[in-house]
Amino acid sequence: MGLLDQRFENGNIVITSIDNLLNWARLSSLWPMQFGLACCAIEMMATGASHYDLDRFGIFFRGTPRQSDVMIVAGTVTLKMAERIKTLYDQMSEPRYVVSMGSCSNCGGPYWEHGYHVLKGVDRVIPVDVYVPGCPPRPEALMEGLMKLQEKIRGESIARKDLSMASR
Amino acid sequence: MEAALTIPGFHRSLKSHEMVLNMGPQHPSTHGVLRLELIVDGEVVIDVVPHIGYLHRCFEKHAEHMTNYQQVIPYCDRMDYIAAMNNDLGYAIACEKLLAIKVPERVEYIRVVMAELQRIASHLLAIGTYGMDIGAFTPFLYCFRDRERILDIFEQTCGARLLYNYIWIGGLSHDVPVDFQQKVKDFCDAFRPTIRELNQLLTYNKIFIERTANVGVLPADVAINYGASGPVLRGSGVKWDLRRNDPYSIYDRFEFDIPVGLGEVGTVGDCWDRYIVRVREMEQSLRIIEQAVASIPAGNVQSAIPKRIRPDAADLYVRTETPKGELGYYIIADGTTSPFRVKVRPPTFVNLSILPAMSRGAMIADVIAILGSIDIVLGEVDR
Amino acid sequence: MIPQEIFDSIKAKFPKSVLEERSTGVHDPFAAIAPESIRDVCLFLRDDDALAFDFLMCLSGVDYTGGKLGVVYHLHSMKRGHKIALKVEVPASNPHCGSVESVWKTANWHEREAFDLFGIVFDGHPDLRRILLPDDWEGHPLRKDYQVPEYYHGMKVPY
Repeated sequence: MGLLDQRFENGNIVITSIDNLLNWARLSSLWPMQFGLACCAIEMMATGASHYDLDRFGIFFRGTPRQSDVMIVAGTVTLKMAERIKTLYDQMSEPRYVVSMGSCSNCGGPYWEHGYHVLKGVDRVIPVDVYVPGCPPRPEALMEGLMKLQEKIRGESIARKDLSMASR
Repeated sequence: MEAALTIPGFHRSLKSHEMVLNMGPQHPSTHGVLRLELIVDGEVVIDVVPHIGYLHRCFEKHAEHMTNYQQVIPYCDRMDYIAAMNNDLGYAIACEKLLAIKVPERVEYIRVVMAELQRIASHLLAIGTYGMDIGAFTPFLYCFRDRERILDIFEQTCGARLLYNYIWIGGLSHDVPVDFQQKVKDFCDAFRPTIRELNQLLTYNKIFIERTANVGVLPADVAINYGASGPVLRGSGVKWDLRRNDPYSIYDRFEFDIPVGLGEVGTVGDCWDRYIVRVREMEQSLRIIEQAVASIPAGNVQSAIPKRIRPDAADLYVRTETPKGELGYYIIADGTTSPFRVKVRPPTFVNLSILPAMSRGAMIADVIAILGSIDIVLGEVDR
Repeated sequence: MIPQEIFDSIKAKFPKSVLEERSTGVHDPFAAIAPESIRDVCLFLRDDDALAFDFLMCLSGVDYTGGKLGVVYHLHSMKRGHKIALKVEVPASNPHCGSVESVWKTANWHEREAFDLFGIVFDGHPDLRRILLPDDWEGHPLRKDYQVPEYYHGMKVPY
């Protein structure tokens, strides 16, 4: 309401580009898939709770990949789980984005040296849009990561489909 | 004529009127990456086969390769990430026993306050997510609001909200801030009415009782044979708490009760009993915190931290009571600066193995209630 | 009962199974038991009324290097209040040990984990398969001579 309320003098005609409209719609209601793996999941839950509140961004968690826009990979990705993550990513419908939350899914985290069962970074199996560092990242850091994703979406265009991450 | 199919790794043959339902590693109610294979006949569950290991992060291998005993502590944090202080405490107590270090009194008191605050935070999360599993979303938000107050206290002390690396071998990493005692007292005063609020919201709610009473009954002798501990064991009526029965640190100086399940709304050992044990334990933790924080002596929290940790070759097993149950560390030292073997006995690993026995004959929705009442943390189950 | 008395009761019933015992000078008094008879010893420890070891605290696999693997049992009696440890040593070339799953159900998953990470085979276990690692994993990672694989299912494992 605030952006559009009582801004128009001559009737209800708004002129903008389709890109602006679509991008604005997409970034204002990013629905993540409920996909917490490890400790970062607790911080993700805290971000979604009432103190830090993700709902004011239009973000609320969906249980199934078919209805979600973004997958926040929160926690360590193990080799046993990596194949399932690939399956879940494939099941998401486009436009889809991936936020890698935390050190473990960025690069293996504290388990990089001797973790024989840890995948050193989720970008070895799926393409990632935003990396949020931290172990675990504070809720504010996760929100900044999601806002960076929103900026990225704002810069997309349906005319240049091959350049956007969403087409992968 | 049914042909009996055998699936490798699956010790039953598949019958045609039973269905295998997969509650896969990604599921809103499995509290993490747990895969449950449900063999159902209609809505009734015939067997549950849990598959774990989706979060196996090689803790024991890392512990062997760290150059220093202190370096293992951040990895201990990340096992049960909801109750990180209690994990560190168990490991620090085990190493101090190996090295025969006596920590200052101030350190003991602060450790008890931190451990009990962490116990409240962990139970709040367990209760909140349990309500969410059953279908009630509001208690989740209330519990997280109170959890944030505790995490604020932790953040002011050591800088971290979730994984602290605070309790070191021989002491603590930082001393507490100057207004710590006042803050903790304020928290205790503000929290007592909240427990009453929670009871009004969830505990005696008719729908909650219908979902959890008489569901997943665990008899006491089965619980002991399976090695259950913590609220799972106490919910079955066994009055056993390591802080009282096998005391460590300075818990023998404080007065507190051990709540057990009495079958108030159903049978002894059902999900409601395990849940109410957690709620009552929060009240008892408040009592311990108030007693401890009133008498923290002065001192230096870092005076007993050894410069070089090189214990003689020995092995020992130490267990402590974490919010989830009995956490045990079996450490073998070989005379060098890094451990030879650190084996962790997680409480939730053992408690989860009882899930098949508790869920036979229940309905699919009851399996979710039973799983939530065991309160698992996959980081600890898989290490 | 003090640990020495417990060890004496075990030796009285199973004279050939107790290979070594230490009740002083160690943090946890232990008795070394022969691998074939561990199940009978544990059944006796659980069912005897004066001993009443009804709680298996922990079952750990160990790689002692030098071609020897081991299993360490930590037992506790909730009824009587005493604790002991039992140690079993098996050669790495033929790592077979009796299973105590029928004595304490706790051992079910613990033995699967010891099999998964060390390769110790527990005879008599109803369902001995890998628990933490994927079913097609090769090798037993917690052994001291383990080499981390380069690739698993097309994913690069080392950093």
